[in-house]
Amino acid sequence: MENKRAQLSDQQLKWETFFKWLLIGASAILVLVIIGVIVTLIKESMLSIKSLGFGFLWGKVWDPVQNIYGAYPFLIGTLLTSFTALIISVPFSYAIAVYLGEYNPKGWLSDLLKNIIDLIAAVPSIIYGFWGIFVLVPLVRQLETKFHILPYGVGIFTASIVLAVMIIPYGASLGVTLIRMVPSPLKEGAYALGATRFEVIRKVIMPYTRSGLFAGVLLSLGRALGETMAVTMLIGNTSAVPTSIFAPGNTMASVIANEFVEADHAEYLSALIELGLVLLLVTVVINLIGKRIISRATNH
Amino acid sequence: MEPRIGFRNTKSAIFKGVVIFFAFAVTIPLIIVLLYIIKQGIGQVNWTFLTHIPAPAGEKGGGIINALAGSFILVMVASVIAIPLGILAGIYLSENPRTKLAYYSGLCVDILQGIPSIVVGIVFYLWLVKPFHSFSALSGAIALAVMMLPIVIRATEQTLLLLPPSLKEAALSLGVPYHRVILKVIVPCGFSGILSGITLSIARVIGETAPLLFTAFGSMFLSTSLVKPIESLPHIIYNYATSPYDDWHDLAWGASFILLVFVLTLNIVTKVITRKWKIQL
Repeated sequence: MENKRAQLSDQQLKWETFFKWLLIGASAILVLVIIGVIVTLIKESMLSIKSLGFGFLWGKVWDPVQNIYGAYPFLIGTLLTSFTALIISVPFSYAIAVYLGEYNPKGWLSDLLKNIIDLIAAVPSIIYGFWGIFVLVPLVRQLETKFHILPYGVGIFTASIVLAVMIIPYGASLGVTLIRMVPSPLKEGAYALGATRFEVIRKVIMPYTRSGLFAGVLLSLGRALGETMAVTMLIGNTSAVPTSIFAPGNTMASVIANEFVEADHAEYLSALIELGLVLLLVTVVINLIGKRIISRATNH
Repeated sequence: MEPRIGFRNTKSAIFKGVVIFFAFAVTIPLIIVLLYIIKQGIGQVNWTFLTHIPAPAGEKGGGIINALAGSFILVMVASVIAIPLGILAGIYLSENPRTKLAYYSGLCVDILQGIPSIVVGIVFYLWLVKPFHSFSALSGAIALAVMMLPIVIRATEQTLLLLPPSLKEAALSLGVPYHRVILKVIVPCGFSGILSGITLSIARVIGETAPLLFTAFGSMFLSTSLVKPIESLPHIIYNYATSPYDDWHDLAWGASFILLVFVLTLNIVTKVITRKWKIQL
């Protein structure tokens, strides 16, 4: 009897140690995956880094047939699409944040709006892209004909509109949380001094949540930079430096999506992988800064 | 001297109007997109559509059974990998929040959440496709599993952090071994929160195309092999939407409609489950 019990607890103890190591192992795998991702990307883009150096980022010509690789058109394309999308989306996500955070935090109407915003985030990007090709592109083409711009239909502008819709939820949902965290004594104090609702929002809520809302914008930017499918389907896919925001172009993600499978020699593949590496580093840095600001803002 | 109160009140009212306008304006694109997909797609869905492989270009009819089966296999395999791993890592993060490993793996979860999905595609191409000289369903599924991980981990971690510590202390004081406390007391108590993370992560990856472009790749045929290329719903939409044939566009509309139904259902299920848990996903 005594012996059996000792044996049992011995076994339990073994299980316990095993379980603890299992937990540690699961978390360690994550770290290994991330390290592996970065090491692999660096290793595989070494060929391109060595032969092209920093010129890779400033080279204006991307011509795989001649073995010339310059990422400048895609850098510009990525920045133009992302920032246009950001400019379009920010008023909407701020408005949602203010409405759900301050004007109408409870009730069926705000629940409805919240669910709608979650749905916007839930719709796969491929569906936005598909819809864009058949509905938005003809519309933009009409608009361009009216204003006497070359009517491509596809292009940076079209991609930015769809991208803007897709990133609205990211800024908005964070904004709502932050605006709700503004201490009510602050707001009540302002009201007691005779401030109107607008003045409370502008002079109390906005300054209090400024850094957090900025972080929301950063997170949306990170999303926009890495978004692939919808942009690939709508941007027009040309490797020239875009001349205006209505011109077709390419982003880093869309070049990879389009050309990666076709890349037939080592240097070409390596150049595309280096694009991926640049994209990864930029989005990761932006995301981590955003998260850092948020955790600082929500700890107060 | 501040302007008169009437003017300030008007300004406040106008601002409120502008905010309400912008806040509700976002519903318009969503409704337009949803209605358009439903309008174009619902007519395509019938028995043939659900049980046949696509017809060659130029021929009418055909279906998307290869994509349906492929997506199912991909998501299943991804779930089998990501769910246990994610829950275990989530438990570790909530149980040992102050260790060095927890700090670094928390950081990695943040990084993983922000990684562009196309980069995940590149990496798994280099890891699992290039060495074997063949696109495969397995490589696609593992890429999807990596996209699922951060959501499952965060959901588990945040749910378990919400549980009262007395629960664990009570179980431990009865002499229950640690692993049984976690598996038989803590995890069941937080079950619905973890489940919501799982459904949300499935909803997220079922529509992911970019990680599959260079891994699962796509196939015209019904395939169930894990080592061969496999079709998936989002990939068939991408392929056929960008093709020049009207019949293929029709197939893509139908596939979009079905994908949308899956994604929306999973999101509603998540909503219903999370109503009980106030976690932020």
